[in-house]
Amino acid sequence: MLFELRDVSLTRGERRVLDAVGADIHPGATAIVGPSGAGKSTLLRLLNRLADPDAGTISYRDRPLAEYDPLALRREVSLVPQLPSLLPGTVESNLAYAARLAGRRLDAARCLRHAGLGAEFAGRDVGELSVGERQRTMLARALAQEPAVLLLDEPTSALDQASRDAVEATLKRLRGELEISLVVVSHDPEQARRLAERAVRLDAGRVAACGPLEEALA
Amino acid sequence: MTTSIHLSLGQVVAALALVALAAAISRWRRTDLERDIVVATVRSFVQLTAIGYAIKLIFEADTIWLVLALLAVMVVFGAFTARSRAKKVPGAFWPLLIGLTIAAATTLGLVVALGIFEPTPRYLVPVGGMVIGNAMTASAVALNRLGDEVSESRPAIEATLALGATAREAAEPFVRRALRSGTITLVDSTKTTGLIFFPGTMVGMLLAGAAPTDAVRLQLILLYALLGSVAISALVATGLAYRNFFTPAQQLREPSP
Repeated sequence: MLFELRDVSLTRGERRVLDAVGADIHPGATAIVGPSGAGKSTLLRLLNRLADPDAGTISYRDRPLAEYDPLALRREVSLVPQLPSLLPGTVESNLAYAARLAGRRLDAARCLRHAGLGAEFAGRDVGELSVGERQRTMLARALAQEPAVLLLDEPTSALDQASRDAVEATLKRLRGELEISLVVVSHDPEQARRLAERAVRLDAGRVAACGPLEEALA
Repeated sequence: MTTSIHLSLGQVVAALALVALAAAISRWRRTDLERDIVVATVRSFVQLTAIGYAIKLIFEADTIWLVLALLAVMVVFGAFTARSRAKKVPGAFWPLLIGLTIAAATTLGLVVALGIFEPTPRYLVPVGGMVIGNAMTASAVALNRLGDEVSESRPAIEATLALGATAREAAEPFVRRALRSGTITLVDSTKTTGLIFFPGTMVGMLLAGAAPTDAVRLQLILLYALLGSVAISALVATGLAYRNFFTPAQQLREPSP
């Protein structure tokens, strides 16, 4: 099992964002779906320990998440946030930074190709990129760490349809070429159908359904 | 050239005319600062009069322990005052206190060790006051900026943490900008000193009848000492305070409501 969540709860201020969440996330591609405010992004952040739950346990590959060094975990389970947020500099310097953190040799052209960008993007200043290009640079930066799992928070929310199709094609290709597991947060059930084979459906912080895609989305 | 000047209380009271002018401008232009101007005037009068008597006692006692006690009180009050400017920084008091202490100890220790000043109350009290005051302002500005930067840049910091960067690596650009903010004011005023404004010590010495070359040399020593103390206090305060934004698991803490 990739991730096992048992009775996971999290409160922020007065609000219970996650309420006794229990779910199994298998290797492969899993979508986390639900309406706005359901707790999808919060759940994703727990999976690479950007936050810890108030109660309950999460295991990654049958070992409690709390036992992992958070830095090593984040280099193996890489999260791409919803809003593109790159470091000042070139695309290549961003990729190099991520690769250095993970102790990887950088093959910038390969990472860019996997993210659907040409090698000529390496020298571009991130300030000159469109939102879609920034989003894909974020993906390339995560790939520079050669992670085992990619956590993607609404990876196409800021994109037009053409860019969205390109990113989705990229993600499907990544699954085939690199055998990376994906956990994709999406508010769009159709996108979940295109990208994942299993789903966790959240509603108001609780699991409404969990399992094979069509069962979970029904 | 060594005649010292003596001022009566009446002359001090006459200078209040300029305070009235400042209050009138505030009222006229509706900057809503009249109350603050009055509070500042009363506090400056009470505090300076009290410190004047305290310094008189310390000079007469001529013991280093009283000097150290006075400097310790200044450091604690300085840290409290600066904390109120750094509301967005959790637990700002200790980084400020440690920063001011190290800045004061290093700067005063060096000026004594290098033989610039004698370790006597006459030198250590006024120089210590200036060093701590400037260090307080610089670290307050630096932490204020740090708080703003971190609260405005949470997505960027989390995106860097998400790659497996340490809290130190994720906060580094913001700590650097905060440190720059804290020190740049004094650096700029040092650049323009003598051209655009005459600093207080030099003016005081000239008014007291000292030779201009002596006034200039003392002012230069103080400016250089202040540059050092400002850099040290801002460096230590920002270097310690940024940690309070993060948990031991290298997570960005939720902002307090």
